[in-house]
Amino acid sequence: MSAVAEILPTRAEEDWRYADVKALADLWPLPERETITVPAGGSFARSIVQTAGGVTRLSLVLEAKASAALHVLNAGGPYARVEIDVVLHEGADFTLGGAQLAQTGQTVEIVTKVTHAHPDAVSRQLVRSVAGGQGVVTYLGKVKVEPGADGTDGEQSVRAMLLDRTATANAKPELEIYADDVKCAHGCAVGELDANGLFYLAARGLPPAQAKALMLSAFIAEAFDGAEEGDHLQSLAQKLLEEAL
Amino acid sequence: MLQISDLHATVADKPILKGLSLTINAGEVHAIMGPNGAGKSTLGYTLGGRPGYEVTGGSAMLEGADLLEMEPHERAAAGLFLGFQYPVEIPGVSNLQFLREALNAQRKGRGEAPLSGGEFLKIAREKSALLKMDMEMLKRPVNVGFSGGEKKRAEMVQMGILDPKLAILDETDSGLDIDALRICGEGINAIMRRPDKAVLLITHYQRLLDYVKPDFVHVLAGGRIVKSGGPELAHELEERGYEAVEGAAA
Repeated sequence: MSAVAEILPTRAEEDWRYADVKALADLWPLPERETITVPAGGSFARSIVQTAGGVTRLSLVLEAKASAALHVLNAGGPYARVEIDVVLHEGADFTLGGAQLAQTGQTVEIVTKVTHAHPDAVSRQLVRSVAGGQGVVTYLGKVKVEPGADGTDGEQSVRAMLLDRTATANAKPELEIYADDVKCAHGCAVGELDANGLFYLAARGLPPAQAKALMLSAFIAEAFDGAEEGDHLQSLAQKLLEEAL
Repeated sequence: MLQISDLHATVADKPILKGLSLTINAGEVHAIMGPNGAGKSTLGYTLGGRPGYEVTGGSAMLEGADLLEMEPHERAAAGLFLGFQYPVEIPGVSNLQFLREALNAQRKGRGEAPLSGGEFLKIAREKSALLKMDMEMLKRPVNVGFSGGEKKRAEMVQMGILDPKLAILDETDSGLDIDALRICGEGINAIMRRPDKAVLLITHYQRLLDYVKPDFVHVLAGGRIVKSGGPELAHELEERGYEAVEGAAA
């Protein structure tokens, strides 16, 4: 037990500051980090579906003009984490669409680190999180632009929806820029379902849980835009939302 | 159809409805007119069950069932349709998906079998044609990017699809140009002018009443109905203004 404690991360470490370290101990040791190199000009797509907790770790290296699209559905518990590290070479193109859902007793997080190592690469990250009860959802997203990586175009859109006042959303979009000619945009918002919208749907006959599920499913649908298995991901997410409400 | 007696309601602890009574029979169209702040929209929201509109006295029965005891979605299933003055935008949710779910939820509440996709689309096509609305618009998210007039027409398409017994239409005429006003008016007649249905129009102006001829007109002021009459009352209000007519009633 003491050996495990020595290698388990603590919340003092930035990448683990909102993690449920106790639940993490049960998942220890973590699975090997999978590393994929997408060759120059090539393309790669994957859907990561983790709906019963666990830790998934992926490293991507996109060589010149390579592209990759990842779509993530992350839920379940007690602890669910998807960690993605990406290194972009010249003109590479990376897209992430992530949706996650946490209920009471669950800590769910997506942690990304995207490094623009060379000029003219594009990264687009969109994460939609939903937390109910005493659930905790976290997105830690770092975009690093190396010296010389001019022409970088990076974008992060992070939104979280709290279903109850007792739920928690953590969001930390982070930019670290060492080049001059760079475009990096990030937006971040935490909110709750629009009460006017819910009454409108109810006035047309939708029971409260169904009205919420409809609005939430629209909220997370953006994360699966353009995914090959978008419909499949959406219906899985829909099922999780209905269970949560 | 609808029996409201001595209804009192508050919004944020402020009394707005102060003893309102009104009976609407099947087959009738009633219009409620009144100055700003009279409580017209509050009446609609209170009957619809909007959170924050608290009933402090009186009763409202829809075909013998106590409306005030029901949740908003149950009121819809019982046959109430509330047309909004400002229809709400719901990003990401298509009109068709929303309306099919809403209609089937209402049918479930009434113990009826759900409609299949095909059956639903047939009704949706028919009603959007009635309101001269392109079906393509129904594939778009609810009210998002719709003009004021398109929102009101979309409301009437919703009413046609949901096929209520009683429609309470809150300033359906606001934001409409002349053509859209006529189309909405004709839509209301086609959908609701039937012996087994009834309509309560809430409006400031006579102009909608040129298309949807009311059987009764009421003046709402200070949270109560202060005067009732036939269609001629609307003309009198238009000519003389609320103050004069209210003054005569008081």
